[in-house]
Amino acid sequence: MSNAAQVGVALCAVVLTLWTLRLVGQRKLRSKYALLWLVVTSPLVPLAFFPGIVDAAGDAVGVEYAPALLFAAADLLLLAIVIHYSWELSRAEVRLRRLGEEVALLRARLDEVEHD
Amino acid sequence: MVGGPVVSRTVAVIPAFNEEAALPSLLNELRAVAGLVPVVVDDGSTDSTAQVARQAGVAVLQLPFNLGVGGAVRAGLCWAVERDAERVLVIDADGQHNPSDIDALITAVDQGAGLAIGSRFAEGAGAYTVGSTRRRAMRLLNGIVRSTTGVAVTDATSGFRAMNRTVAEFLAREYPVEYLADTVEVVVMVHRAGFDVVEVPVSMRIRAGGLPSSRRFRLAFNMLRLLVGILGGVLFGRGRRKT
Repeated sequence: MSNAAQVGVALCAVVLTLWTLRLVGQRKLRSKYALLWLVVTSPLVPLAFFPGIVDAAGDAVGVEYAPALLFAAADLLLLAIVIHYSWELSRAEVRLRRLGEEVALLRARLDEVEHD
Repeated sequence: MVGGPVVSRTVAVIPAFNEEAALPSLLNELRAVAGLVPVVVDDGSTDSTAQVARQAGVAVLQLPFNLGVGGAVRAGLCWAVERDAERVLVIDADGQHNPSDIDALITAVDQGAGLAIGSRFAEGAGAYTVGSTRRRAMRLLNGIVRSTTGVAVTDATSGFRAMNRTVAEFLAREYPVEYLADTVEVVVMVHRAGFDVVEVPVSMRIRAGGLPSSRRFRLAFNMLRLLVGILGGVLFGRGRRKT
């Protein structure tokens, strides 16, 4: 990998990290998601400067084309994240429905009070 | 007095999750504290916490599902601010926090503190022991608060607190709901917003009921999450309030 590419990848990782922290600081991103993205982006820095890590990992696991291992790992990670999001979304939907029901019940109760 | 405007000036927010056993005696003790208006925030309990509180004649906020301690305190703060409380006290429902320490916390707020933390470890506090893992975690958390704020806290995770109206308004908007952030990060936030944070020694009592909420295996995750939150806040959060 060329020097420019290495610096580029490292720079991307740094920018993503700072952006994530900024969103947390501004309370636009909850810290648990920030932690997730920091864990995902932080390995990019050592990988940018020591691409040999990927080759060594490929050798160790017995993968001939080492970058494929990187892609496989990234795929698995993203898959896990998407499944986690589905879980979070399901929970949010349940809670939203509960809130809707709660509002309807409260409105019914308010009607009763007003008609007394 | 349920609902209506708060005549007296201090609202006591009591987050409660399945605390039907401990709640009645605590509410009874709080009745003896003059000028205190308790509000029990039932955090999606599956027992009769809300009914027990209503029977005691105090205001009850019944959350439709469990939001965690932070979420329950937030709801209580909103209630207190809406009813023009002059100060807000936060006290655990399980009876661990001793109502006889309330006076000292309120006095600290009246003497100008934005936030007064009831510390189990400050000089003059009663004996209180915790396991080694928790003690190490607590030391680390105190260290984080000290290094980011310069305030020499000894018990950043204490949930026994009092605050003035301005801080209550601020926290009703900004209160973080995550475990640990709801105690530790709050201290950093309040200090960064330009308010004074002080500690008051308190003595703990043996839990009257309920289950301890600490789960050791999640501690590391929660600490990391807290660090990310504090780091983001320190680097990019809104700056110090002009005073």
